[in-house]
Order: sequence, then C-alpha cells, then structure tokens
Amino acid sequence: MLWVDKYRPKSLDKVLVHEDVAQNLKKLVTEQDCPHLLFYGPSGSGKKTLIMALLRQMFGASAEKVKVENKTWKVDAGSRTIDLELTTLSSSHHVELNPSDAGFQDRYIVQEIIKEMAKNRPIDVKGKKGFKVLVLNEVDKLSREAQHSLRRTMEKYSASCRLILCCDSSSKVTEAVRSRCLNVRISAPKEDQIVKVLEFIGKKEGLQLPPGFAARIAEKSGRSLRRAILSFETCRVQQYPFTNNQVIPPMDWEEYVSEIAADIMKEQSPKRLFQVRGKLYELLVNCIPPEVILKRLLHELLKKLDSELKHEVCHWAAYYEHSMRLGQKAIFHIEAFVAKFMSIYKGFLIATFG
Amino acid sequence: MAPLLQSSQPWVEKYRPRRVKDVAHQDEVVRVLTNTLETTNCPHMLFYGPPGTGKTTTALAIAHQLYGPELYKSRVLELNASDERGINVVRTKIKNFAAVAVGSGHQGGYGYPCPPFKIIILDEADSMTEDAQNALRRTMETYSKVTRFFFICNYISRIIEPLASRCAKFRFKPLSEEIMSTRVLHICNEEGLNLDSEALSTLSSISQGDLRRAITFLQGAARLFGSSISSKDLISVSGVVPQEVVGDLLASCKSGSFDSANKQVNNVIAEGYPVSQILSQLFDLVVESDDVSDEQKARICRKLGESDKCLVDGADEYLQLLDACSCMIKAFCNMPEGYSN
Repeated sequence: MLWVDKYRPKSLDKVLVHEDVAQNLKKLVTEQDCPHLLFYGPSGSGKKTLIMALLRQMFGASAEKVKVENKTWKVDAGSRTIDLELTTLSSSHHVELNPSDAGFQDRYIVQEIIKEMAKNRPIDVKGKKGFKVLVLNEVDKLSREAQHSLRRTMEKYSASCRLILCCDSSSKVTEAVRSRCLNVRISAPKEDQIVKVLEFIGKKEGLQLPPGFAARIAEKSGRSLRRAILSFETCRVQQYPFTNNQVIPPMDWEEYVSEIAADIMKEQSPKRLFQVRGKLYELLVNCIPPEVILKRLLHELLKKLDSELKHEVCHWAAYYEHSMRLGQKAIFHIEAFVAKFMSIYKGFLIATFG
Repeated sequence: MAPLLQSSQPWVEKYRPRRVKDVAHQDEVVRVLTNTLETTNCPHMLFYGPPGTGKTTTALAIAHQLYGPELYKSRVLELNASDERGINVVRTKIKNFAAVAVGSGHQGGYGYPCPPFKIIILDEADSMTEDAQNALRRTMETYSKVTRFFFICNYISRIIEPLASRCAKFRFKPLSEEIMSTRVLHICNEEGLNLDSEALSTLSSISQGDLRRAITFLQGAARLFGSSISSKDLISVSGVVPQEVVGDLLASCKSGSFDSANKQVNNVIAEGYPVSQILSQLFDLVVESDDVSDEQKARICRKLGESDKCLVDGADEYLQLLDACSCMIKAFCNMPEGYSN
C-alpha cells in the first residue's frame, strides 16, 4: 500500500494537520443536527481525509465498508431517454459520487439521481442517525444549471439527507448553494506541519532521517501534503539510508515544462514554436491538465524575467487561460501564449540590445 | 424506517414562517395576500428579489393556509429547478394539472373558505428556458378560471415580458438590519444562545440582507462554538476572508514589487480563500482608501470587474488574482495602461 493511503488518519482524533477543524467537526456531529457541509481548499490539503474521518465519526466503522458500483441509469428527458453511467462508492450509510463526470448532462444527475437518493429515508432502524449522507465531489465543475437544481433538493429533503460537498475553489460554486451550507475552509498545510507528518511516518517506518531532509521535501512540495508523502516514498525507494545531499526528484512533467521554458528563452522563431508544439502535445497526451501546464510555464518564465516584463506576461497568461476555458482545444491557447511571449521577449531584446 | 428527528432539521427549515403574516419585512405582499385569504381571489403572482428574502416561504405559506394539509397535495403543484421543466413538461404535466376543474365549498385551512382554484408554484423560474416560458403563455390564460400561477425568481429580467405582464409583480426587499436582528434574537431565545451586540451587527453585515445566510451562519457557529458566540466565531464560519489578509495583499501591491505580490497571491491560494470574495473585499478597500487618486481607483475597479467576470466564466483563480494584482501595482506606480495586441 502506498504511504499516502497507509497513513491516512482514520478518525478525527488522529488527524495531524487541521486539528482545530477536526475538533470542530467532531463537536458538530455529536449533536444531532448536522447542517449541509461545503469543504473547500487547494488539492492535497486533506479535504477527502477529513470527510472520510467525519463519516466514520458519524456512523462508526461500518462507514468504511464501501463498495464500488458502476450503474447505468435511465433518465427520461422528455422525448428521449438518456443512459447515464455513473460510478458510485457507497456504504450502508453514505453514497459518494462525482456528478461532474457526466459532462454537460450533469443536470440530469442532480435532477433525477441525486433527488432519488435524497428522497429515500434510510432503512436502518438500529442506526441512531435519522439521515444518510451524500458526498458530492468536484461541485465546482458542475454546470450552473446543475447547481441551481441542487438548491431546492438541499432544502426539501433535509430531514432525511445531508449533503457534503467538496471542491477546490468555492468561487465557482453559486452563492445560492454556498448560503445553504456550513462552509469549511481547509487550508494547505504549512511547511512545518508537513515536516511533522513526514517525521511521524519516518518514525513509524523505522527510518533514519538526516536533519533538514524532511524540510527540503516539504519545501519542494508546494504545500501539498499528498505530494510531499509521495516524493518521500520515492526517495526511500531510490536510496536508503538517506544522505544529506540526496536529490529530491522533481515531477518529470515539471522538468519537462522547465525544459520548454528554457527552449523558449533561447530562441524566438516560428521554427522553435513548432518544436515547442510537439512538446506541449506530449504533455497533453499524458493527461496533464492544460491550465496546470500554463501555470507551471508562467512560473518558470517569471523566474527568468525582468520585472517590467513580468506584468505583461502574467496578464497574457491570465488572458489565454480565460480564453482556453471558453474554447474547445487547449493546445491553441497554450501555443498562442507561447507565441505571444516570444514576440514580447523578442521586442524587449531588440529594444534593449538593438 | 429510521425515525424522523425533528431536532435534526436545519434551523432555516425549523423557523421558516408557516403563515403569511409571519413573513418579515415584506409589507405590500403580506397585505395583498392577507386580502387574498379573506376574499379567496388573487391574480397570478410574480415574486422577485435577492436570495434569502422570503419568496419561497411566502408562496408555500399562502398555499398551506389556503388549502390546509389535506387539500394541499391535490391542489398545489410545486415545481422548482430540481425538476425537469423543459417544454415537454409545460405541455403535458403543467397543462394537465392546470386543466383539472376543482369544486369549491370545502373548508380550507385555518378557517378561511377554500378558494375555487388550484395553485402552480414555479420556483426558480429564471432557470426555465425561454421556449418553456413561451409555452406557458396561453396556458395561463386558458385556465385562469381554475388555476393561479406563482412565479418565483431572482432576476426579473430573465422572465420573458409576456409572462411578466400577466402577473402582479412583487419585489422582495433585502432585509434591513433591525428586522434581521429581531429575527435572529428570536431564534437565539428559542435555542438558548448568547449573542452580544457586536456579534449581532457582524452577523447582519456579513449576511448582507440574506436572512437564510444569517441563520445558517448562526447554526454553524452554534454547533462549533457552543452557546455563546462572538463575532470572530461568526466570521470564521462565514467564509469571509479576514481583513488582514486582504490588507497585506493590498500593501504588497502598493509596495510596487511584483515578486512580493506574487508571493502573497501564492499564499492566499494555498490558504484556500475564495478569490471572488477576495476581489470584492479588495474593491471595498480600494474604494474607501484615501491615498489613492480617482484615476487609479477607476483603473483598479475596471480590472477587478474584468477579473470577476473571468472567474464566473471558470478561469483559473491564481492567474486572475495575479493579473489583478499586477494591474494594481501598475496603477499605484502610474505605469502606462494596457498592452498592445
């Protein structure tokens, strides 16, 4: 088992980061009336871990006996019926699903499937909770219509069902949904907290950590705990015992992006642009999300630029990311950004050095 | 089945007014509807206004009062955005329901005479398609003898003109601070909570006239922090960004250094604060600050507006905030505006 899963805290008492949030959540569920919850925060900050621990706190160990179900739902949409395939993860007390998987048909999932699930009261008489829990992931990716559909469902069936929503950025969740939930912000763990977790894992695994080693991993992780633990494990596999000057391997795609950035800085010509296109395609076919590529590219480029140019470059990065969101094919917009950068940089070079 | 627990209901549901006259702050509507209760006659209605002002509550309350619990199921059709409301539903379900004639002479709820018509409540009507709205036009007129329509929406501009002109329109006002306070205090009394006056005013300012939000915050805070609630507790459950964070961001922009602003932006994103909220709080700070010239303010506000629009379109939070900050730096340093295409 990966360390990420092996050392995932199982209960709210054992959480190492966000102890305050965990304690608050515990207080929340010991009372009978738990409101709808909306967890938001950057990825790798522990939202999912907290939700799972919360469910365990609510329903005891049986919440962990989950089964994966792949079910096809027939939804009647006026003149035609639509087949929706949906993967759910369910125990006897909760159902977890990812409604945005259905793409533009997510509205039907909310209107039909979630409503159907919310309507039915739990059958379990022994369980002292009078409600069941629906965990919805990635609500920020839901379309506006689907979010509107969620509004009344949340109110109407609140007697028998609680929703736990989970998303990266709460900006993309409509006001109406947010005002019906108790918002829980999960911040990315601080570097010293990451160090603490790494040292804890090191102790459990019986590893010798040279001083400052965990801090270096934490620094490289960009405040994502999951990433820190993964690269910790990679280091372990690469070389043990650890040495002080051991290289912490960066993600290969990040290295690739910094290569692209170096290419762009070296030469600004249509020929180079064509070469860069090939590399960008390579990244995209390996399922690196385009906005992540663009952000990383900007990060790499900003390191090497004069401060006057930084403003302009970051403006265009924001501009092309926005148009990427509105458009269809990501490669056009990333390439447009690269071309734009080349023209700005070339203009700057000519103006300075003639 | 598992027992239905009354106490497990959210307070928003628990304290939802059951009668029209209990609805706070919307005097005109209440007067018209009380009149309806006595005369059992009413026009088609259109309620519009910001969230949390009592539109759905009013519509449900009048329906319950007119028919009582027994007739309610057969006489009221409630459709909201969680139901499919395409043109097909309008043509079949709504039309069929509207066409059924009803007898009068029953005794309605609360001792009022039962009106000789049915009610169709279309909640969140602004999310209906234009075609579906168009299909309703004739239906409303043909069956006006036996059916009344209640439309509820946030934005009246999304309701097509022919429908709006067939209805009596009522605007629901955002709740004033006093009304909000009395309601909140009432709930505090019922639930045995302790709320000082500072917390009360914080609650009304962060909920911006939205009573539902105020009550949700209150319940969240009560669950997390026990029975005595301070204004700091309320801010921490409300998702409002602490003023220092926004202040730091603005200060680093004023210092004119791109790198320090970038660091602050990274920090804000890692802490998980919602950027749309940051933008609106930045806007407040910039507009109120004295050491910024009018021209700078105008530049900044325009950029904030653009960034907010991009966020609504789904653009990346980090890039948009960074762009807005870079624009603010340029405005503060009076650098020339705009980039050539």
